[in-house]
Amino acid sequence: MTQVERHTYDVVVVGAGGAGLRAAIEAREQGMRTAVICKSLFGKAHTVMAEGGIAASMGNANSNDNWEVHFRDTMRGGKFLNQWRMAELHAREAPDRVWELETWGALFDRTKDGRISQRNFGGHEYPRLAHVGDRTGLELIRTLQQKIVSLQQEDFAEFGDYEARLKVFQECTVTRVLKDGPAVSGVFGYIRESGRLFVIESPAVVLATGGIGKSFKVTSNSWEYTGDGHALALLAGAPLINMEFIQFHPTGMVWPPSVKGILVTESVRGDGGVLRNSDGKRFMFDYIPDVFKEKYAQSEQEADGWYADPATFRRPPELLPRDEVARAINSEVKAGRGTPHGGVFLDVSTRLPAEEIKRRLPSMHHQFKELADVDITAEPMEVGPTCHYMMGGVDVEPDTAAARGVPGLYAAGEVAGGMHGSNRLGGNSLSDLLVFGRRAGLHASEYVAALGTGRPAVPEDQIDSAAAEALRPFSAEASDPDLPQGQVAENPYTLHQELQQAMNDLVGIIRRAPEMEEALSRLTDLRMRSRRAGVEGHRQFNPGWHLAIDLRNMLLVSECVARAALERTESRGGHTREDHPGMDRTWRKVNLVCELSDPSGGLADTDPERGQVTLRRRDMDPMRDDLLALFEKEELLKYLTDEELAP
Amino acid sequence: MTYTAHFKVWRGDADGGDLNDYQVEVNEGEVVLDIIHRLQATQASDLAVRWNCKAGKCGSCSAEINGRPSLLCMTRMSVFTADETVTVTPMRAFPVIRDLVTDVSFNYAKAREVPAFVPPAGLKPGEYRMQQQDVERSQEFRKCIECFLCQDTCHVVRDHEENKIAFSGPRFLMRIAELDMHPLDAAAEEGLDRKVSAQDDHGLGYCNITKCCTEVCPEHIKITDNALIPLKERAVDRKYDPLVWLGNKILRRP
Repeated sequence: MTQVERHTYDVVVVGAGGAGLRAAIEAREQGMRTAVICKSLFGKAHTVMAEGGIAASMGNANSNDNWEVHFRDTMRGGKFLNQWRMAELHAREAPDRVWELETWGALFDRTKDGRISQRNFGGHEYPRLAHVGDRTGLELIRTLQQKIVSLQQEDFAEFGDYEARLKVFQECTVTRVLKDGPAVSGVFGYIRESGRLFVIESPAVVLATGGIGKSFKVTSNSWEYTGDGHALALLAGAPLINMEFIQFHPTGMVWPPSVKGILVTESVRGDGGVLRNSDGKRFMFDYIPDVFKEKYAQSEQEADGWYADPATFRRPPELLPRDEVARAINSEVKAGRGTPHGGVFLDVSTRLPAEEIKRRLPSMHHQFKELADVDITAEPMEVGPTCHYMMGGVDVEPDTAAARGVPGLYAAGEVAGGMHGSNRLGGNSLSDLLVFGRRAGLHASEYVAALGTGRPAVPEDQIDSAAAEALRPFSAEASDPDLPQGQVAENPYTLHQELQQAMNDLVGIIRRAPEMEEALSRLTDLRMRSRRAGVEGHRQFNPGWHLAIDLRNMLLVSECVARAALERTESRGGHTREDHPGMDRTWRKVNLVCELSDPSGGLADTDPERGQVTLRRRDMDPMRDDLLALFEKEELLKYLTDEELAP
Repeated sequence: MTYTAHFKVWRGDADGGDLNDYQVEVNEGEVVLDIIHRLQATQASDLAVRWNCKAGKCGSCSAEINGRPSLLCMTRMSVFTADETVTVTPMRAFPVIRDLVTDVSFNYAKAREVPAFVPPAGLKPGEYRMQQQDVERSQEFRKCIECFLCQDTCHVVRDHEENKIAFSGPRFLMRIAELDMHPLDAAAEEGLDRKVSAQDDHGLGYCNITKCCTEVCPEHIKITDNALIPLKERAVDRKYDPLVWLGNKILRRP
């Protein structure tokens, strides 16, 4: 029997970004003893990098805004592939989730009459994003972090122990969800600082681990984004959906190489910034797709009038949804009209006074000055697409955030699929975290309360095999039967770089069938080599070991992406096929569902040549009539088939 | 543009350690964190370092570069000459765990001791009204990315472990100032005087406004001028602080 540190909680939240912290707050307020597992230090999660704002139809900047308009924008942005019930709940509940933050101490930028200011963003009909300059994510994470501290202070007053009912396990990584039969019974992981292994017994596990960007070379995502929750869910028997849809944010830094991919907020465009090619042309007017023709300006004059008078003029095409802008930039660069470093120009310097730029976009000003020697108040930035957000994720029940098929497993935030369809609108991520983080915490608590005392047990054999799996990289050279004589172990850093290169080149922003087939074959090779990934040194804070473990997750998730992307023979949102450029209405209601080929969750038993993921098609539920009625029939015909629209 | 740099990186753990020498490639536009990553990938796979965003937004990669508390991701290699040795050591004010990683739990313990925001009674969510100019003072402090470089450099604790019990450090004194300046914080109505608490419970009096914290802040927050001095001035009505008394004497001379 493996020696591990053991704890028992009512609810375990894996991940300490916006969704995880909001879930933990809710579970604790429902009376559950709650643990939060935090891969980094508390307060460092990727949410801090969100810049632009939180989308919520509070109507502070334009009183015409309401949840129906927000719902419509979200569905259009996702090209109608969204799980419509999630989009509805999100649009309805986002304002309450934002206002609640103020009662916890958040300080958003204000309107003249003292309410929360709201800014314009791509795909949103009205100014809708609550924000704090361009560091909204930091405000969100700090507010939630401080709310958790305040709950701990309440517990200290009552029990003399800050951690009596809510504990944050910093710098711990979960490597397996444990189960008793079909139901969740806990998590297994390691403690970064000591290298020791731990088990938390818990009947409910909320996955809130974020995205997968670290599988790509050029990404805006932070170190933690290795698809952990996606992989944990798959391994626990929960399906993933929409894995072919990855958002490439149109504006990442392109120079110098070491910062390539770092995000340049959409607020630059929301506040007046424009995109130009090397000829000085504002090229976005050439890229307005038919489905959005009526909503966007056709001339520079019209577009520029919109900032002051949105009732008379149509919005500038720089504010199209992100997938459209990213593809346009890609096309311009490919046509030879790019900048010296392979991007396009994003200029706000000729559009706003220098002081105004510094006030509205302080962290962009700082970032370009410090990292690229560019003064954005005086010259344009060079930008290009960067892997930013995973639309796909755990297949969840919309109202409860419960993972389908695995009782006790929940998912919220980027790791959950469906909400954003084929493409997420900017600002809808932070609101998603809050709305579904709270719902996951709430419903996990209700599930646990209903269980009573009959809780699922943690089987010892699962702990043994999880421990063997986690420690395998230390013995890769010594006792691995797969390893031919004299062959040295693989360097996990090399494997990671090869994976990132393959995904970037072969399953990136523009996709072609032969390239994706090549990607799948390279993934097979990497998967076999990764079983020989070995590390030096010991278990205490050993980044090589951590990466070797993360590789399992990145490889699993990358296979999902490549298989689903190869299967979907159309272009929609964050999935663009050069060999199938059109959007196909018959594909609209189809979800591609990824499941583990070996249902026992034992990866080693799976034939590496065949892959680890199987794919099936599933039709989505038809949208409720009252939600359909929010759209004009003419618009619906662009997306839905005639049969779907028949009365 | 590519050259080979000489790096010295402290490697060891709680039981001790040494500066290790490395020759490592440097390319145009790189930052110190890129070089540390190259060391991991090519020469020292188990070199321990914290990092997350690599964009100066999360405050994870704090360390000391040639003795100066800095973020590894925001220190560009171009500030050094090609023949200059770059020495990277862990933050000195905190116990080492391994290599460049230190135990920063002191900061989380202090964070818990600052009483939270008190919401105003009678205002429901959605009813909060504040003017932009009134929130801006606290907003400046909320730019803090909690890199703890100010805590590391502050000489009150940097070489005086014994002061850690009584002194919360610039980061958390600034947090008190932030709450104190929050337009709607209702702590006073609950009987909590945040200024007095800064003095009595968090060691504000230890601070002798040398501005070391402000100098190392990667967010350029004016910690001393905008948070600590105003907090001291507000506290002075209730508590005698010789530095503020002296400052007032000097600055207010006709």
